[in-house]
Formats: sequence, structure tokens, C-alpha cells
Amino acid sequence: MTAAETTPPRSTMQAFRDGLVAAWTSVFVLVLLGNYVGIGALAYEFGFSLNWMLLSTVLVWAAPAQVILISTLNTATLIEVALAVTLSSVRFLPMVVALLPMLKTKEGGPGRLVLPMHLTAISVWVEGMRLLPGRPAPERVPFYNGLGIGLLAAACLASVIGYVLAARLPTILAAALLFLTPMALLMSVSRNSKTLIDKLAFGFGLVVGPVLAAHKVGLDLMWTGLIAGTAAYVIHRIREAAR
Amino acid sequence: MNMAATMMEIGPIFALILVGFLPNEVWRVLGLMLVSGLDEDSQILVWVRAVATAMLAGVLAQLVLSSSGALGTVPVGVRVGAALLGFAAFLIGKRSVFLGVLTGELAIVAGALVFGT
Repeated sequence: MTAAETTPPRSTMQAFRDGLVAAWTSVFVLVLLGNYVGIGALAYEFGFSLNWMLLSTVLVWAAPAQVILISTLNTATLIEVALAVTLSSVRFLPMVVALLPMLKTKEGGPGRLVLPMHLTAISVWVEGMRLLPGRPAPERVPFYNGLGIGLLAAACLASVIGYVLAARLPTILAAALLFLTPMALLMSVSRNSKTLIDKLAFGFGLVVGPVLAAHKVGLDLMWTGLIAGTAAYVIHRIREAAR
Repeated sequence: MNMAATMMEIGPIFALILVGFLPNEVWRVLGLMLVSGLDEDSQILVWVRAVATAMLAGVLAQLVLSSSGALGTVPVGVRVGAALLGFAAFLIGKRSVFLGVLTGELAIVAGALVFGT
């Protein structure tokens, strides 16, 4: 018996299952659960149906975009909602660009990268970039799909729990549940802000956003992003140039 | 379609696809199309990421300052105070997201009990 026979190549299904296990044992599953319990509660508060909320999680799969969508659809115009959503999701472009080369193999067309592309969200991407290098190339796509679907399933479950709880809880606990989303956003964005430009953009946004909102400036979210983000970028460039 | 149309005119599912799914997914698809060409450190992406982060901060501030529903019944001072306490715990606790969120949650429940909803 040769070594190759005793350690047969692992099947696609096994790699997928490993991905699911990695998802449920990741620290991100806790953040995601908290975040999506909050989103479920938010969807209930704003009068959306349970099915609509689940569909939004599966189709959009980006907590900040979903928070914007749920909290603005009732009052803002469609063009304003679309702008705010698209600006909040720009990060996916560099994330997908950094990830996909790790998933490429000689066999299989670009079609097999469509699901990994859609499943890419902050949590899945961070865990994927950490765990994929330790996996043989042919296992990477199914592993990443398992990771993404595992975390997406956790999010769906959490959002249903939040939706149902928000309908039944006393006001004070419902308020605590709704408070989960801004708190999870505050902590996870702060933790991901490692460079000066990230920290500045986040800090400036926290100040500029309320100022514009208080003055009832139209498209305030977009302007917050452009003003605070550009200011952070300019300071970053000046510091780079001074080096 | 009228640019100033709202969800009421087109229904929630169509609105979800048109202004939720499509404007979000476009960046993932562009990433897939660009995959070989773009440098993650290119200046345009550095700027774009800063704009995205600032916008996220704006959303966060809006959720805390002008909350609606059950959270809106808690005084704004309690909401801001609880967020600051949570953030302080996050910093003290070696940037633990769990500790920060837990502290903020306990603070808002305690604050709402003391100062009323």
C-alpha cells in the first residue's frame, strides 16, 4: 500500500464541510450573530416582512448596506438609497480582487468563482485570507464556499431570532437588541481600522455625519463619506509626502 | 422611472433588488472582472476605502443619535453614554469586540432603567 492510497485526495464535500466547521468555530460568528440579531430587530421595527429580511440577507449579504437599506427605504428616495448602499459597499471591490487569485486553479472556468465572489463579506474574507493558504489549491473553492455559507446561515438564523424577539420583548429589551447593530459596527470597524487613514476617516465621519444631519443636508450620508473620507485621504497624503 | 420615486411606488421586493442587491453586488462583480489588473494599494482605492469608512461612521452616528422604534424611547444622552462606555471597555479590554458590545448593552439597559424610556 502506497502513501497515496492511505491518504486519498479529500473530496469536494469534505472540504466544504471543513469550511462550515471553520465558520461556526470562528470568532466572527459571535460578532455576526450579534449584528444580525440587531438587523432582524431593525427590520421588524421598520415594518418589513420576515421573508423580505431573509431575502435581503441572502442577496445583499453586507450588514452595513442592509442597515442602510432597512432604515432608509421607508423615507428616502430610491436613488438616495441606492447611492448610500453602493457607497457603503465599495470595499468589496478590493476585497474580491485580493481574494480571487488564491482560488484560481487550472481546471474550471470563471463560473466557479461566482459563488465565492457573492459570499465575500468582511467576516468571510478575513477568515478566508487567514485559512486558505493552508489548504491545497483544489480544495480552496469548496472550503471558501463552506465558510461563506456557514456564516451566511448563522446570520439568517440570528436575524430570524432578532425579528421574532423584537416583536415579543418588552420595550427596554427591544431597545437593547436594536442597540446591538451600532455597537457591533462601532467595535468591528474600530478593530479593523489599523492605519491612520482608516482611523481618521472613521473619526471624521462620526463628527461630520451628525452635523450634516442636524442641518438637514440632502444626501447627508453620501456627503459625510465624501467630505470626511477625502479629508482623511488628504491628511494621509500630506503625511506620506512629509516622509 | 422617476428619480424621486420611493419604495411605496414599486413595492418592497423590487426595491430590494433595485436599490439593495444591484448597487451592492456591482462592486463584487467589478472585482471579479478586474481581478488581475488592480493594485490593492492604488491611490484611488485608498481614497475610496476612506470614503466608505467615513460613510459607515455616518450610518453608525445616525443609528445612535436619531434612533427610531424601541431604541428611540431611550433618551439620547443614555444612548450616547452607553456607546462611549462600550467603546472605553473595548479599548481597555485589548480591543475585544465582545467586551465592548457587552458593556454597551449592559450600560443601555441600566441607563434606561435609571433614566426611564
